Amino acid sequence: MGLFARMETVIKSKMNKVLNMMEDPRETLDYSYEKQLELLQNVKRGVAEVTTSKKRLQLQRAKLMQNTDKLEGQAKDAIAANREDLARLALERKAALVQQVEGIDREVIELEKQEEKLIAAEKRLSTKVEIFRTRKESIKAQYSAAEAQVKINESVTGISEEMADVGLALERAENKTEDMKARAEAIDELMEAGTLQDLTGGKDDIDRELSKISTQSNVESELSRLKAEAGKGPEKAKIGEEGKSAEEKREV
Amino acid sequence: MILRIMGEGQYQVPESLCNELNKIDNRIVALVSEGKAEEFRKELAKLISKIKEKGEAIDAKEILKSDIIVPPEDLSFEEAKAVFKGSGIFTD
Repeated sequence: MGLFARMETVIKSKMNKVLNMMEDPRETLDYSYEKQLELLQNVKRGVAEVTTSKKRLQLQRAKLMQNTDKLEGQAKDAIAANREDLARLALERKAALVQQVEGIDREVIELEKQEEKLIAAEKRLSTKVEIFRTRKESIKAQYSAAEAQVKINESVTGISEEMADVGLALERAENKTEDMKARAEAIDELMEAGTLQDLTGGKDDIDRELSKISTQSNVESELSRLKAEAGKGPEKAKIGEEGKSAEEKREV
Repeated sequence: MILRIMGEGQYQVPESLCNELNKIDNRIVALVSEGKAEEFRKELAKLISKIKEKGEAIDAKEILKSDIIVPPEDLSFEEAKAVFKGSGIFTD
């Protein structure tokens, strides 16, 4: 079975089984309409949830940025006090925060896409619901229960498919916001504990090693930048030739 | 033919396009079973852009049943695998 056929099954399984439920088929129209209004409310709520989730990430991003500034300041102070070890620690923490900020930026873009899609879906659905409402009244006015059946089947099947589609989009958006909520909470906790480096969940060993390497080289280059700014470049430090080469070896 | 891109709405597409779309569908099935995530994404993007290029968006005022249902463009590889396993596309 192809993907298209699978998708049809997915949609059908989500379609409201309203047809043939009522004794008078015209009641089916009212029932379906009620369900449509309910779904519209849910989509509106879904859009609001995605927006809230996005704002939360943006706030978190601002907080992370504040912390990176603070760590940069600490690194500078540490260098001024000749405590390269402390400076290194601060820069390592800063590098971990910067990685998180980059992750958040990607997620915000993702949420924005979700938001746009849901808003468009809401618009499409509300247009259809309005059309359905007028059609429903005219069917009820013009046809007897027996005659109405065919007309009703057409309208109800068409709109049920739309509802199933919108319902699934909503579920997916909700799953995403749930995931992000959990991640945001994890970042908050780790930020408080000051152990953001450990936040490598979902990555495998190789990813972890690679990101450690890139973090490490960032830290080294930032360290020499801060040293140069403080006028404490390695060339003018009191390290003898031997000490210097030992340091170079360590860096390789 | 009336085609629905999930999450995006319906398109009117010429009958002639269906053959081509079915071929892409078959390729996608193969890619999922072979575990080729990157190519899967490319093929899915191709499918969607072909529909948008050759088809015509149907007005939101129309209430119609679709002949073909196409997955959303952002369907992840994991979701596609789940669909084929029959464990449902989206975890509730």
